Amino acid sequence: MAKVLMKGNEAIAEAAIKAGCLHYFGYPITPQTEIAEYMAKRMPKVGGLCLQAESEVSAINMIYGAAASGTRCMTSSSSPGISLKSEGISYIVGCDLPCVILNVQRGGPGLGGIQPSQADYYQATKALGHGDMHLFVLAPASVQEMAELTCEAFDIADMYRVPVLILADGALGQMMEPVDFDTIKKRDIPEKDWAACGHGGKRKKNILTSLFLNPEELENSVLARYEKYKKIDENEVRCEQFMTEDADIVVVAYGITSRICKSAVTAARAKGIKVGMLRPITLSPFPAKELKALSETASKFLTVELNMGQMITDVKLAIECSRPVEFLGRTGGSMMTVEDVLAKIEEMGGNK
Amino acid sequence: MTSRILFAGFGGQGILFSGKQCAKTGMQLGKCVTWLPSYGPEQRGGTCNCSVIISDEDIGSPLVNTPDILIAFNAPSFDKFEPKVVAGGAVFSDSTLISKKSERSDISAYTIPATELANEMNAPKLANVIMLGYVIAKTNIFDFDYFAEKLTASVPESKAELRELNKKALLLGYNYAE
Repeated sequence: MAKVLMKGNEAIAEAAIKAGCLHYFGYPITPQTEIAEYMAKRMPKVGGLCLQAESEVSAINMIYGAAASGTRCMTSSSSPGISLKSEGISYIVGCDLPCVILNVQRGGPGLGGIQPSQADYYQATKALGHGDMHLFVLAPASVQEMAELTCEAFDIADMYRVPVLILADGALGQMMEPVDFDTIKKRDIPEKDWAACGHGGKRKKNILTSLFLNPEELENSVLARYEKYKKIDENEVRCEQFMTEDADIVVVAYGITSRICKSAVTAARAKGIKVGMLRPITLSPFPAKELKALSETASKFLTVELNMGQMITDVKLAIECSRPVEFLGRTGGSMMTVEDVLAKIEEMGGNK
Repeated sequence: MTSRILFAGFGGQGILFSGKQCAKTGMQLGKCVTWLPSYGPEQRGGTCNCSVIISDEDIGSPLVNTPDILIAFNAPSFDKFEPKVVAGGAVFSDSTLISKKSERSDISAYTIPATELANEMNAPKLANVIMLGYVIAKTNIFDFDYFAEKLTASVPESKAELRELNKKALLLGYNYAE
């Protein structure tokens, strides 16, 4: 198939269908409503179901049920709607159910605005749900990646029996770029022998629950899950490095801001400044080892985010505060320009 | 070679469509392209714009803050973005709707009464296509015949009667440049 020009939101929806997603539950909210619109059109044609729930809370609980049956399923929303889903997400984690959740971030807090933001970084990577838990978080930076990482999200969810969150933003959701679906790779997925999909009296019933009144049992279930997280940490961390080999300053940015930073890094290199960029593709687990390795040679770090400074904490932890980490951010839906980032890089100096 | 274009006007003037058509044609020519709209309630009126980048290289930031080419369809857009056009760049404006003229000497300023021409051919919605024809003539950003072919191909079968009309509008704008 030739490349097609698509919005990020549409690319996610099409990729989900190509990945075998059969259930989509959601509730409209800007800037991601195109996903529900696309799903409503396409799902019936592949024998799936797209349902507009009465609220985000209902949608995530429908996912809870669909995921328990072993069916590939997905929900999407934007920041305020994601907050509403957090209780259900914790239950899904507690039952070790695979599903894909998408947050096309907008400005906050509260109802905030509808323009692009990355202000839900802490929520996504630290606490999208109560209890001892992590989500696997992917951060696409192009429409092509929106498609690729959506397929990857379904595979990782099934491989490890975990919910996977795709953290995008309004700009990535709304922008159009060429997409090629033919290049997308698929993994081998283990049999879902745990699913509660009817045993027909032929096998022992599968029980999926997050309720363990016996503290020892609950502790064991959490410990087992953390063993799984360890495997994910070992095998699934992903990042892109751009001109970092000899970089004196390393810019750290993800999603749409990484695009702005890439242009700024290229412009700074043209001025002879030794600067590079590390772009986390997985935000949780975070590419800490890769950053630590760069701290051996780089003298300064700069994180660029559409918030007041959230990922900067993870960068400081990753490099164990061994180098200064500066910050450049815009919030509330405004975006920094390439010139803003370039000016900051120049201000930081750096060896030529 | 990279062209950074900003289309700006009111919701309903075909701003997003014009940008998309340029991005799509660029993609079909094998170039890297991005299309980023201002989004929100603009469909119901209000100002609206979109950034289009067409490049031979991978595109970093999809935002066009300082365009090489500005295509303005209303006065507020002209006032807001004309000062931001890069030196050596071009500004196109619909003179039916924008009386002001660029006073900058470091950019090329082109005007065309696109809305008036569209009304004269009884196709008020095609002012954007007339403008595209004029832009192509002045900038050579696309080959006219190739662009015309892709434009008519993008008109769905259910509106096939609009194909000739679109081509006519594009040609009208193109010929206005002579």
